[in-house]
Amino acid sequence: MIEYIITVLLIAAIYAIFSLGLNLEWGFTGLINFGHVAFMAIGAYTTVLLNLKGVPLLPAVIAGMALAGLCGGLLGIPTLKLRADYLAIVTIGFAEILRFFLLNEGWLTRGPMGLHGYSRPFEDMIQGDYNFFLLLLVLIVLAVCYLMLEKLIKSPWGRVLKSIREDEDVPASLGKNVFSYKNQSLMLGSAIAGLAGSFLAFYLQYINPRNFMPMETFYAWIAVVLGGSGNNKGTILGAFILFSFFSGTRFAQGYIPLSSTQIGALRIMFIGLLLIVVMMFKPEGLLGKKEELTLMG
Amino acid sequence: MLSVKGIEKSFGGIKAVDASFLEVKEGGTVGVIGPNGVGKTTLFNIISGFDKPDNGAIVFNGENIEGKMSSEIARLGLVRTFQLSKALTKLTVVENMMLAPQVQQGERIWNVWLRPREVKRQEDENRERARTLLEIFGLLSMKDEYAGALSGGQKRLLEIARALMAEPKMLLLDEPFSGVNPTLTKKILKYMTELRDEGMTFLVIEHDMHIIMQLSDFIYVLNKGEVIASGEPEEVRNNERVLDAYLG
Repeated sequence: MIEYIITVLLIAAIYAIFSLGLNLEWGFTGLINFGHVAFMAIGAYTTVLLNLKGVPLLPAVIAGMALAGLCGGLLGIPTLKLRADYLAIVTIGFAEILRFFLLNEGWLTRGPMGLHGYSRPFEDMIQGDYNFFLLLLVLIVLAVCYLMLEKLIKSPWGRVLKSIREDEDVPASLGKNVFSYKNQSLMLGSAIAGLAGSFLAFYLQYINPRNFMPMETFYAWIAVVLGGSGNNKGTILGAFILFSFFSGTRFAQGYIPLSSTQIGALRIMFIGLLLIVVMMFKPEGLLGKKEELTLMG
Repeated sequence: MLSVKGIEKSFGGIKAVDASFLEVKEGGTVGVIGPNGVGKTTLFNIISGFDKPDNGAIVFNGENIEGKMSSEIARLGLVRTFQLSKALTKLTVVENMMLAPQVQQGERIWNVWLRPREVKRQEDENRERARTLLEIFGLLSMKDEYAGALSGGQKRLLEIARALMAEPKMLLLDEPFSGVNPTLTKKILKYMTELRDEGMTFLVIEHDMHIIMQLSDFIYVLNKGEVIASGEPEEVRNNERVLDAYLG
């Protein structure tokens, strides 16, 4: 039982990091990224591939973050000067192209067979339950991400992002290079997704393209919207609620007289219902600020 | 300080602006008037980089600025406000103000994490300056309210105060008095006069003849995108083409 709870918390914490990246882009900057999972995949595959080539984990993780951030930046160049919907279309396309690349370029990624046999942080030094140690490590990383992001969004940098979110003509009229800030937000958000990807790989011990389906992006969206767009605490809360619920219902499987496919479908329906109820009674999300979403000029 | 020559701009074959010549001298207050829909705002958008002209040259402080990004033009010291006032309603009044100063250390990610003390020092300085300006504009008591809670006129005041936070060399005001009650209008006029006495240069769009005559020392009259008259308020007031344009 305790091992089960550790696993649930571990997954939730990894996805909380992942969702924090999206919250920076959407919640604070207003960028619609529907391909967030691509950057998680880049982080995971880069870390694993480098480690399999003998690169130590720390530089491999940093390289994964850097490559994810760089790809975010490159993707932003043609799209961020256009209207918001273009970024949405391009990112969702990019995520699928990347997944098919991972699936088909077997020489690099072993395709659907996936990659395994890479090392995990401090693996040799830990006796006893490794997942418990990994959970502590992920929670520390989550806390560091949270604190660094909070510092950023309360800074002049974060103020510019929020002004872009509301009306980008205003920062432009005051001398801020709007495109550059949007791209910085996209790069940082993508790098954070890459970091989450590395830890997902450490948890899974075996990665393949099926881990990075488009749905993962929307789980992050659900976590962000549920917890309150533009609120990092809310995003973390949303991720923990969502993934505890997912795993909790898996646990309940033995007690409900339904097949696992039926329960799988029910689970999604419940999430949908939960979102509808939250949006009806608290449209700003559980911890979101009402004034930042509903006050109109 | 600002000169606009031969600016042309068409939208779908329809000429919106065809401004042959417009000039603003340092320290002057120049008005642009004309009936609604004659291209005043388009002209402003072109000068401030929000629209690209098809043709023509704009020189500000000896530098060609046509085709530059709006943010670059603002950094050169030419700061505009908008016809539909754009107070950021989801930021507080003081946050609106703090957005404006140029070259903030804390606008760089690494500085936020690695040089927090310097960032904070600059924030404190800017906050002090914001307080002073808000006090002058009578908004100090509202400083921690979301700007969405302000009245229309107060939003205008905030927008002008925010533009001043950017320490502009010249202000472009797009109908700063529209939707503002007479008391606040008087207030804004008073601040503008004070600023002018301190050496600020203004280019103001307005369709209310009365106010603009009072405010400006030189006036351009636009009709259907073209400058049909220019001169000191007295001359313009008695110009036949202007009366035609206004009274039809």
